[in-house]
Amino acid sequence: MLSLRDVHASYGPVLALRGVSLDVPDRGVVSVLGPNGAGKSSTLRAISGVLRSSHGEIEFEGQRVDRMSPEQIVRLGISQVPEGRQIFGELTVLENLRLGAYTRRDGAGVKRDIDRVCTYFPVLGERRRQEAGLLSGGEQQMLAIGRALMAKPKLLLLDEPSLGLAPLLVREIFKIIKAINVEEGLAVLLVEQDANLALDIAQHGYLLEVGRVVLDDEAAHLRQNEAVRRSYLGY
Amino acid sequence: MEEFLQQVVTGISIGSIYAIVALAIVLIYRSTAVVNFAQGEMAMFTTFISWSFLLRMDFWPALILTSLVAFALGGALEMIVMRPVEKASHLNSVVVTLGLLAIFNSVALWRYGPLPRPFEKPEVFTGSPLDVGTITISRLNIGILAIAFIIMVALFLLFNYTKLGLAMRATAQNPTASRLVGINTSRMLALGWALSATVGAIAGMLTAANQSLSIDMMLAILLFAFAGAVLGGLDSPGGAIVGGLAVGVIQALAGTYISSQVDIIAAFFVIVAVLMVRPTGLFGRRVMRRV
Repeated sequence: MLSLRDVHASYGPVLALRGVSLDVPDRGVVSVLGPNGAGKSSTLRAISGVLRSSHGEIEFEGQRVDRMSPEQIVRLGISQVPEGRQIFGELTVLENLRLGAYTRRDGAGVKRDIDRVCTYFPVLGERRRQEAGLLSGGEQQMLAIGRALMAKPKLLLLDEPSLGLAPLLVREIFKIIKAINVEEGLAVLLVEQDANLALDIAQHGYLLEVGRVVLDDEAAHLRQNEAVRRSYLGY
Repeated sequence: MEEFLQQVVTGISIGSIYAIVALAIVLIYRSTAVVNFAQGEMAMFTTFISWSFLLRMDFWPALILTSLVAFALGGALEMIVMRPVEKASHLNSVVVTLGLLAIFNSVALWRYGPLPRPFEKPEVFTGSPLDVGTITISRLNIGILAIAFIIMVALFLLFNYTKLGLAMRATAQNPTASRLVGINTSRMLALGWALSATVGAIAGMLTAANQSLSIDMMLAILLFAFAGAVLGGLDSPGGAIVGGLAVGVIQALAGTYISSQVDIIAAFFVIVAVLMVRPTGLFGRRVMRRV
């Protein structure tokens, strides 16, 4: 469904990606692991078009997307939940969800999907008239995911959904992500610090270091890998 | 008491022009965090354009035509002049707007000359002033107030009840997240400038109808409008209206009860006092973020 071939990208003079290649299959869940500054977020940003890649190819459903703008890419069916959630804090929960459906023209379908997002995340339904900035961190993360789902994506890019959240809440959110993946047939590309969680939910994993893929295997195999275990799983 | 009420009404009349220009300033500020110092001169320039329309048509069609010209001008300025400096610090953009101020001023002087020109008032705004109890108010002032109100309601509806307005508010708050949901943020910024120039152009024509058309007619007004916008909170359209009106009223009251020499100082004195208590203005938002 999605494939990256030798993607390079930089922020000004700083090279963030030095040749990343990875694949996300239809309906699959793929995790990207790695230390801070390895280029995990940059990989997602390059896919969604926020970061312009300088070299290499990004293909989505057989179409080159690496020269497209984020506005175009989201229309093809790639939705990103950005790092740090990036919700619209001064707008209401409902307005945030509506903005998620900005690219859609089917009013009735949008209404239905708002209800559906609220069944995945009931707290969003309870607080739909509240300003999003007043939600707790976990609720904001749910809103960011809900907003991304509103675009009816085929591929969801998730950037550190566990950041700053209590462990119990993180497990809850991951359960819902898995449910969405199964029920909606939505492919997920997940960037996550917490390697245990990331490998639990994924079928395949990539390990990134300084802008390159250094390891690429099935999630179950990565769990057994000595280096991964020592550095990222903590046992 | 009568004199007091009369001065309040006069103040509201002067203030409604400030309010419209303040609204124009806020429109750009909230989407780009840039104060457009060229706002007044853009309005002056489009009013000179409207003057040539008025030679061929009535006030209202000329107003509509001028609004369209201003809309295009504002959008074009954003795309051609502001966009290249958008990525740099806001200070750069502000300096560019100061440059625009100088350019519009010089071009107008070169094209239209320094002498004031009489400016046609729309017919409904002429005629004897109205008496409400013991207070008199000119028809033109009522008209200006009504137009300010219409502009405010129109913008309120646009921002709160349309998808486009929602997208503009989103762009102002978080450009990156807006692009990720599919909003063409560049287009929204251009639209913000276009709307702002349009609102400014209407203020320009009303000012000229109130006084006469001249190169420097908007200079003092911009200053007071800016004060009104700051007083109301730079990111609040409703605040801009209230702030603009308040500055007009303070100016009128101080001019009557203290001295006509201090009306300007009094207005700014009140603003400084308010900002000491509420740094974000009367209706400005406190920045609140959860990490």
